[in-house]
Amino acid sequence: MRPLSTLKPGERAVVVRIDIPPDQRGRLMEMGLLPGTPLELVRFAPLGDPVEIKLRNYHLSLRRLEAEKIQVG
Amino acid sequence: MKPFTVVLTGNPNCGKTTLFNALTGLRARVGNYAGVTVERKEGALTGADPRHPVVILDLPGTYSLSPQSPDEQIARDVLFQRVPEVPAPDLVVVVVDASNLQRNLYLATQVIELGHPTLLALNMVDVARDRGYEIDTEALSKALGVPVIAMVASQGQGPEALRQSIRSRASTPGTRHVIPREFNELPEAFGREAQALETALESHFPHRARLAAAEALLILGDERSLASDAPSAGSRYPEALIDLVKAARSRLEAAGVDWRSVAIEARYARLFAIEQHVTREIAPPEEPLSDRIDRIVTHRVWGLLIFVAVMAVMFQSIFWLAKYPMDGIEAAVDALAGWVGSTLPPGDLNDLITRGAIAGVGSVVVFLPQICLLFFFIGLLEDTGYMSRAAFLMDRLMSRVGLHGKSFIPMLSSFACAIPGIMATRTIETRVDRLATILVAPLMSCSARLPVYTVLIAACIPQRNGWPGLTLLMMYLLGIVGALGMAWIFKKTLLRGEPPMLILELPPYKRPMPGAVLRQMWDRSRLFLRRAGTVILGINILLWFLATYPRPAEVERRFGQQRALWKQTASNPPTPEQAEALQRLEHEEAGERLRQSFAGRMGRAIEPVLKPLGFDWKIGIGIVTSFAAREVFVSTLSIVYNAGTGDEGDSSASLARVMQSERREDGRPMYTPLTGLTLMVFYVFAMQCVSTVAVVRRETNSWKWPVFQTVYMTSLAWLLAFVTHQVGTRLGF
Repeated sequence: MRPLSTLKPGERAVVVRIDIPPDQRGRLMEMGLLPGTPLELVRFAPLGDPVEIKLRNYHLSLRRLEAEKIQVG
Repeated sequence: MKPFTVVLTGNPNCGKTTLFNALTGLRARVGNYAGVTVERKEGALTGADPRHPVVILDLPGTYSLSPQSPDEQIARDVLFQRVPEVPAPDLVVVVVDASNLQRNLYLATQVIELGHPTLLALNMVDVARDRGYEIDTEALSKALGVPVIAMVASQGQGPEALRQSIRSRASTPGTRHVIPREFNELPEAFGREAQALETALESHFPHRARLAAAEALLILGDERSLASDAPSAGSRYPEALIDLVKAARSRLEAAGVDWRSVAIEARYARLFAIEQHVTREIAPPEEPLSDRIDRIVTHRVWGLLIFVAVMAVMFQSIFWLAKYPMDGIEAAVDALAGWVGSTLPPGDLNDLITRGAIAGVGSVVVFLPQICLLFFFIGLLEDTGYMSRAAFLMDRLMSRVGLHGKSFIPMLSSFACAIPGIMATRTIETRVDRLATILVAPLMSCSARLPVYTVLIAACIPQRNGWPGLTLLMMYLLGIVGALGMAWIFKKTLLRGEPPMLILELPPYKRPMPGAVLRQMWDRSRLFLRRAGTVILGINILLWFLATYPRPAEVERRFGQQRALWKQTASNPPTPEQAEALQRLEHEEAGERLRQSFAGRMGRAIEPVLKPLGFDWKIGIGIVTSFAAREVFVSTLSIVYNAGTGDEGDSSASLARVMQSERREDGRPMYTPLTGLTLMVFYVFAMQCVSTVAVVRRETNSWKWPVFQTVYMTSLAWLLAFVTHQVGTRLGF
């Protein structure tokens, strides 16, 4: 298990745990990012942040700060 | 007769607006919901039976019924029948992006559960096919319990079938019976609590008892649902109910159930199963074109280059392309004022109409080309999907000062004019981020500052070694640094709150629809004209009054006598020298009148405040009158110093010459490089724009923010001008 932010572009993994405080992660989960969801890290933005991921057939962008709190395996 | 009301809802980027345009034929009315700056779009269904008119309301795009922004809140509240101005929907059409089925069905199933008669528009089936799969609409319809119409709205396939379906529903009333549906397999404890809450809701809100089951589920699992400020008092939750929900949540916590996420997870589990059941792979999935485009557009090197190029083209166009229509509008306004001025008998009424009303309206209308162009580009960027990439690319920079990538475009637009920039902040969801962006946007040097900088640089800065250009660049940089710095300060203090999480969808690229982009541009621009026009007109008339009255009889008499004297001595027709003498006389009269007016007296009154900056009361008059708009400073100075009016072109040069010969009481020149620099620093930071104040008032829906903004900017302007002057003086300039 490791943070989502440590994936390399093109690497796939499955979400294990989301360590963002429960009262802040609601929308993220509503967007379909849940424990058990497979995803792919697509790329980091040219300036290094944010990060682009692909899940459930669409592309989503998050900041590194949040990506570090999403554990994948 | 009450028209049949159809409500259109769906995720952002699902093609909802395209479908709306197809159904209403680009003849929508755009307004605002009462009390908020959320766009309200509605239109009549074209081709409807005249005996059964149909109104279609296009709700703002939303990802779920647990809102995160004012737009999403309105979308939810309309569906919850909580917006008094919108009747209960007779039909809800949920637009679903077939290529992004699970996440789109998340909202769709939430809406279906509300129990309104619902229809699913399965859009972009062509994109899904390109991705290698097909959706069995029949099976989907069965799984969801609502009719499904497959379509490609952008190519006109499907809207016709939907139109027919709406027509037949509108003409056969009484088919409101809906079988209740739920798409959650919830843990028993949660289900039990939801059930109890449903009963309580039914008794509290009997008029929307139908929604109770779905509403119970939502308020139980959505942290913010209880705190959210409902638009009408009638729909706010009573204390008793809030206590009930809190008790239920703590019971669930005790039982080890995560009430925040359990419903979300249960729904996605179900949606996954539905998707498996209704989709069929028809080809091995290929890398979509959009992904291949993104390899370049968000590339480390190319992406940034493309971004800079796009911004340069946009910025240059707003600056230069708008110049021609703006000149045209100015000429037309001048011509109109001239015609009215020469048609009406001379006097105060004439002056009020020409210089107050016509010039006032003109000063608003002249912004229209810039605003139209900006909205055109923003529409284009949004429609193609590039806007989210721009935010993706720029988020890092903006996050340094605590802002969002989405704040970048509004700030950049403010170089042309803060008004469209502030209106462009509507794309920012978080309220504090939007406010912070609005508060600092006018610090970016707008095009109205250019004439001020130009005259001051011509009058004060040595015209050699590239000093003029360098000074101009410094002023622009100062504005940028000021804006970013203030944003950082505001986000650290006044607008703190939790740092917003960036959850940004990067939708597939689309070919833009020119008709829709132009239409949206015009809708937004027209709203600006109508709303801001009234306030700006009023304030311009007030400023005209201040600059015109009082008129001491002594001054009138003195110039009346001189004019009479001129008439006696002048030959007919007057010689060029005589004509010039009359012009000089009239100019002197205008100058004297301005000095005697309320504005002139205010200029004198604020002199003590301006003294520490090295300014005198003449500059004070310029600062007072240019509160209407910065460029007025130039025309005011030319009246104050009796510089020749003449044509625009040489007037600023001749004004600069007059300014250079202006002396202080002790004989030193007034307009030294330091005075020029101090004044420019003042204009970089001072608000000095009534139109911006009016627009901020509209966009924030209160006087609090525009007043605060004006105060902070003016204080900052004074403070920094003071520092500039004092440091400059100490250094011996």
